[in-house]
Amino acid sequence: MAEPSIIVVGAGPAGFRAAQTLADAGLRPIVMDEARRAGGQIYRRQPEGFTRSHQDLYGTEANRARSVHDGFDALLPHIDYRSDTLVWHLSDGQAWTLGPDGHRSTPYDALLLCTGATDRVMPVKGWHHAGTYSLGAAQIALKAQACAIGSRVVFLGSGPLLYLVAAQYAKAGANVAAVLDTSPFSARIAALPNLLCQPAVLWNGIALTRDIKKAGIPVLYGVTPVEVVGNPETGVGSLRFRASDGTEQDIDCDAIGMGHHLRPEAQLADLARCDFAFEALTRQWLPVQDSDGRSSVDGVYLAGDGARISGARSAEVSGRLAALAVLKDLGFPVDSADLTHLRSAKARYGRFARGLAQAFPWPSEQAKALPDETIVCRCEAVTAGTLRETVREAGAREANRAKALSRVGMGRCQGRYCGLAAAEIIAAEAGVPLESVGRLRNAAPVKPIAIGTARTSGE
Amino acid sequence: MTSPIRSDILIIGGGIMGCASAFFLRRRGISVNLLETDLVGRQASGTNFGNVRRQGRPLYQLPLANRSIAIWRQAQALLGTDIEYLQRGHMRVSYRNRPEIAGDMERYAAEAAQFDLDLEMISGNALRARFPFLGPEVLAASLSPDCGHANPRLTGPAFARAAERAGAGVHEMCKAVSAAKVGDDFLVTTQDGREFRAPILLITAGAWAKRFVEAFGETAPLTSRGPNMCVTEPLPYAIGPSIGVATPETMESVYFRQVERGNLVIGGSIQNPTFPDEYRVYVKPENSIGQWQQMQRLIPAIGKLNILRTWSGIESYLPDHQPVLGPSAAVSGLYYAFGFSGAGFQLGPGVGETMAELIGTGATDIDLTAYRIDRFSSE
Amino acid sequence: MSGRFVRLAEMDRKPLTFLVDGAPVDALEGDTLMVAILTSSRRLRDSEFGDGARSGFCLMAACQDCWVWTSDGDKLRACSTFARAGLEISRRAPEATWPNLP
Repeated sequence: MAEPSIIVVGAGPAGFRAAQTLADAGLRPIVMDEARRAGGQIYRRQPEGFTRSHQDLYGTEANRARSVHDGFDALLPHIDYRSDTLVWHLSDGQAWTLGPDGHRSTPYDALLLCTGATDRVMPVKGWHHAGTYSLGAAQIALKAQACAIGSRVVFLGSGPLLYLVAAQYAKAGANVAAVLDTSPFSARIAALPNLLCQPAVLWNGIALTRDIKKAGIPVLYGVTPVEVVGNPETGVGSLRFRASDGTEQDIDCDAIGMGHHLRPEAQLADLARCDFAFEALTRQWLPVQDSDGRSSVDGVYLAGDGARISGARSAEVSGRLAALAVLKDLGFPVDSADLTHLRSAKARYGRFARGLAQAFPWPSEQAKALPDETIVCRCEAVTAGTLRETVREAGAREANRAKALSRVGMGRCQGRYCGLAAAEIIAAEAGVPLESVGRLRNAAPVKPIAIGTARTSGE
Repeated sequence: MTSPIRSDILIIGGGIMGCASAFFLRRRGISVNLLETDLVGRQASGTNFGNVRRQGRPLYQLPLANRSIAIWRQAQALLGTDIEYLQRGHMRVSYRNRPEIAGDMERYAAEAAQFDLDLEMISGNALRARFPFLGPEVLAASLSPDCGHANPRLTGPAFARAAERAGAGVHEMCKAVSAAKVGDDFLVTTQDGREFRAPILLITAGAWAKRFVEAFGETAPLTSRGPNMCVTEPLPYAIGPSIGVATPETMESVYFRQVERGNLVIGGSIQNPTFPDEYRVYVKPENSIGQWQQMQRLIPAIGKLNILRTWSGIESYLPDHQPVLGPSAAVSGLYYAFGFSGAGFQLGPGVGETMAELIGTGATDIDLTAYRIDRFSSE
Repeated sequence: MSGRFVRLAEMDRKPLTFLVDGAPVDALEGDTLMVAILTSSRRLRDSEFGDGARSGFCLMAACQDCWVWTSDGDKLRACSTFARAGLEISRRAPEATWPNLP
């Protein structure tokens, strides 16, 4: 048998460990990554010419970041690495890519999707104003460009990233006006039993909050955002919110970093025709996988946050495990002790992730309360009112039907940033469970492609 | 067991044909139940290009197309909702390497004039001056100023909701699994175990029509294909007519229109494989790329624009590219309207009104000879 | 006009200059177009649907809310494209490119 063609999509912690595991078994995987440099978003590298240390950039995760970066560099002679390469469609067992050499299709025997995550965001009235960013964006501005997103920044939302980014900003000398957490502090107590399975990670989180408070930055829990007050020309001016005691307050700011944990970038799993299932705890649809990362489709494997949000440490484990599953399915010998060890580590990280989901719940009730004039879909400027009217007047009770009739999620980001909130609004307006609203189907291209990339032969 | 749900007429298939028929039947006061496997207007009716064009149709189809366009022009008032119908023209262009097409277009224009279809032939400097974005390969154009385009995602559901408001029973997620004539009535059972009964049955089931046709002892060599569609980012609104390439070569046959919000909707070239049993269709990337190459021949500057999304749907085709439209040749009380072969969107409202007239009065002025189902039985 | 983004470190990089809407903008080697533009101004683009200025959102090439134009009419994602000396960037669609380009 000729050497199998194995494609790993993504070069973050999951993709790196998957590729490394395959290379260790003597194979030469193809690693396709949209970024110019490997590392993914979490261990994103700063450009050449920047001089900050790993410790400066990644804090407690500096050693892990270094091991991913150095490990990937060491792997380069053993893999077919295609950076700057967008996998925009999957069809007939081939990955269709747009890279520096234009369009190309590459057949695969096994496909490992390590596609990572983007921010999960709950819209707030006025969040379309310039100066509103995702939490991940705020972190990338600092990590990859040594910039703060504004001269007076409010961080809003929930989840570990809220505290991590705020602490990193404080440490770097940015002006952070406040950290506003939508989850009540009590949720954290309830989540403790699950969180305690990773005491070191839990401790890191607690230390971050301490650092933020030590820097004199107010941290408020149980906050309900009311409005990003701003101007169409100049952008964000302040954030209006209701504190846990019910009082309404305004904080002046010129930038807001907002997010409620993360969501998988599962577009390719959908285009690969993988089954998805609804997860009640996180109120998201996730691609179905077995304990090792096999999807419902033969030859398609899932790992890292692209399949289920479990964090970078877990991504390294699930990347390895999915690669072992590939090897096993292709008939290569696999050490069962390795499998057992990785499965139990993956399960432990999974338990911790459930704890985080409990501690920092997605504020679905906020969707219900969004004023009608709120822009929900930033790409198409579709308001909550229009969406509700589509439900009421046109009877749309399913996500794709609401999209067809209202354009919600139909724009350039393909529903990445509004899809989950839109589903909540539809469910609330129709009075049906979120699960029955379904999920927006993904369509190629995974990201926009210029028509001119399709050259006629001879050019 | 619950008793069957009765109506004067039962419709299987909630595309634009079924929904428009239900709407016009209700306007005649006839009671209707419509059964749809999924949601109304989701496949061919909801995913097509959105051309509301008469030009290019066979001359014998123009009376039906004319009946239809009269409805399109008053659709907003009739349906109580905006389906984004823009009467900004439809233009076919021909390439220099196929000069015979320009001649064909001129002959067609002369003949179509008898059917109230006015076409303006444009070429040379006049064409460049009015449509400066067209590529150098474009030789000549035939413009129908009184045609236009509309939003297919909205149209089927708009007819369904209007029919519902007028008293029709529109049953979505309600798959008809068997149909038979029992005594004077048609009896249709659905997957959820319900029974519907009516003395008249209309099959508007598109690519899924075949099994019902065969259940009544008739035949139609129905196949299905999926349109090759995509949409660009929004741009300042500038282009009124929808524009397409007239060519015998499928690969070259691309077309586009600009919606008022600014996006260009693009269709044509090679179609996609369909899986009607699974209710699925997949856009093949090679078809998208081929289409994008062809679009750059038509409009070189379009290379700068980004494609946001591709899609397809399940359309039903018949070998002569004409639908089956009219009464069954075998079973009394049974009617058909399916197989529109990728050209049914414009006809939809006219088909609905014609079927309602035919069923309600027993006759219609529209000549349906070309669309008889028994044209396939001698083959 | 004051900028939106604030530089916190890494300011010893080599300076470069490029044009935004015809006016020179100072940047540093390794800046993305987004950082280069937003350290001196508050706007990257305008929403097509009249709700005002936008300045990007995700910075990871997912939201597509940071597209700017080159003088040739090509579109660039400002968050993932590096600034280069001599680039000519426009924050509004250059009129010549659409739909009147021959």
